[in-house]
Amino acid sequence: MRKNISNKFYDNLTGYVFISPWLIGFIAFMLVPLIVSLYYSFTEYDMLSQAKWVGIKNYINILSDDDTFWSSLKTTFFYTFVAIPFRLIFALLLAVLFSQKRKFLGVYRAIYYLPSIIGGSVAVSLIWRQLFSSRGALNSFLSLLLGIDYRKAWIGSPDTAIWTIILLAAWQFGSPMLIFVAGLKQIPINLYEAAIIDGSNWWHKFFKITLPMLSPVIFFNLVVQLINGFMMFTEAFIVTGGGPFNKTLVYVLYVFRRCFTYYEMGYGCALSWILLIMVGIVTLIIFKSSKYWVYYESRSDF
Amino acid sequence: MKAKNIYGSILYHIIITTLGLLMLYPILWMIASSFKDNTEIFSNAHSLISAKLLNIRNYIEGWKGFGDVTFAVYFKNSLIISSVSAIGQVLLSGFVAYGFARTKFIGKKILFGLVIVTMLIPRQILMVPQYILFNKLGWINSFKPLILPNFFPLPFFIFLCLQFIQGLPIELDEAAKIDGCGKYSIYFRIILPNIKPALITCFIFSFYWTWQDFLSPLIYIESNKLYPVSLALKMFSDPSSVTNWGAMFAMSTLSVAPAFIIFLFFQRYLVEGITTTGIKG
Repeated sequence: MRKNISNKFYDNLTGYVFISPWLIGFIAFMLVPLIVSLYYSFTEYDMLSQAKWVGIKNYINILSDDDTFWSSLKTTFFYTFVAIPFRLIFALLLAVLFSQKRKFLGVYRAIYYLPSIIGGSVAVSLIWRQLFSSRGALNSFLSLLLGIDYRKAWIGSPDTAIWTIILLAAWQFGSPMLIFVAGLKQIPINLYEAAIIDGSNWWHKFFKITLPMLSPVIFFNLVVQLINGFMMFTEAFIVTGGGPFNKTLVYVLYVFRRCFTYYEMGYGCALSWILLIMVGIVTLIIFKSSKYWVYYESRSDF
Repeated sequence: MKAKNIYGSILYHIIITTLGLLMLYPILWMIASSFKDNTEIFSNAHSLISAKLLNIRNYIEGWKGFGDVTFAVYFKNSLIISSVSAIGQVLLSGFVAYGFARTKFIGKKILFGLVIVTMLIPRQILMVPQYILFNKLGWINSFKPLILPNFFPLPFFIFLCLQFIQGLPIELDEAAKIDGCGKYSIYFRIILPNIKPALITCFIFSFYWTWQDFLSPLIYIESNKLYPVSLALKMFSDPSSVTNWGAMFAMSTLSVAPAFIIFLFFQRYLVEGITTTGIKG
């Protein structure tokens, strides 16, 4: 009996030794920072003087008195819920095209994936600025096409600025595309064969077989990509700088400014916590909704 | 029927190629523009062909960098940060994954749940408190905040290795156990040599994520001579600097070259990494 207990102890110890690198990292770089930031969110803190406890003042100010907060929230939601559906639709369309048996598929897949490899870099954001600048490639092309000297400042105009970064996001559909391709391969071929015997056309097969069978993968991509969308920073920082008139000031960029331009760390921590809660709620809603539209094979009986 | 198939096939390839060229246009345009003179960049903006083929003046100009720091220094910094970080991730990701895959301990389910949940928590949310923390430790304006956290494996890489280990037959463990191996020597002698492909995937992802990372160096690095490439490029967009467009295109092209090379040679690993963690996530 005694030996048994000590054996169990050793088994547990071994397990914890194995996972300790993660556990330590989790505590040091995630749990402690989260708790620290919760504390600072109730203070005024500029990094130079001592933090001053102010209770829920930061949260009240943010929610009742901060127009930039609300506009950045609106911008982030608009960007995310436009860019990510575009990205996923492109990804799915191309994945369907790539799941056919054709020549050169490897080359094609590589071409469509390449933008995603470098798309998040500063280099591409710099290029994007030039593509859409008033003397950039798009205007040069439009001038040629229209026969006039076309000089629209796509990035400088409040109505088009956000669309340039939405396009940049939609352009990077490579990862979800690869995941969709892998998902499509898992769908049993006999489902389609049965459908052909029943005389189903392509649309019918797509909506009645492909989409439901792919729904767990769609669900996964949706969650990951939406979170990705909420966190967008580099593109807004480099391409538009948040302007014009804060039209592209997304949430993370706003937090960055509050903290690292004005050194209002307490305020920034409160903003971060609001973001965390919001992302949590959106994720929860998607998870809760999944039972209505995500089809899990194991649950049903054939 | 057969004729219809051929037309269908031709149509398929035409559509895919046309769309593909459109997709690649910004990248090809960046490369083309890096060979154009400053006047040509604007007079002939959309063109994919430079008037002077392989005119490397922009590269020579751009390489000079900012202040008295050349791009050789920026590239060296990026290389150090990215490769040490990647080594850090590779070192222990498999070790932790083995713990979750093949050992039993109290609280394993909850802790593994935490691994999955933290996979979804983006680090942007932690940038402020981490900055405060690293500032207290006196790590600001050094590579430490960029490198050291990477010696504690990220959930993404644990998950990737876990998927791989679960694919290995349990008989491997059992045979080694009969031979008198403990859990640690089973991992180091039997499992570790068998998960090389997963570790290569971890290395590649970690390397290129760190290479492209912009937010962390932007927050932590202050002096020009410690800038990685991503941060150095930003200076081309600063309103205060007189921008040399040609040089910007040239250095941008160079900066994505490592990612491009990784993609070219290790595409299989990237695709595998994305699909194995994605599909079963």
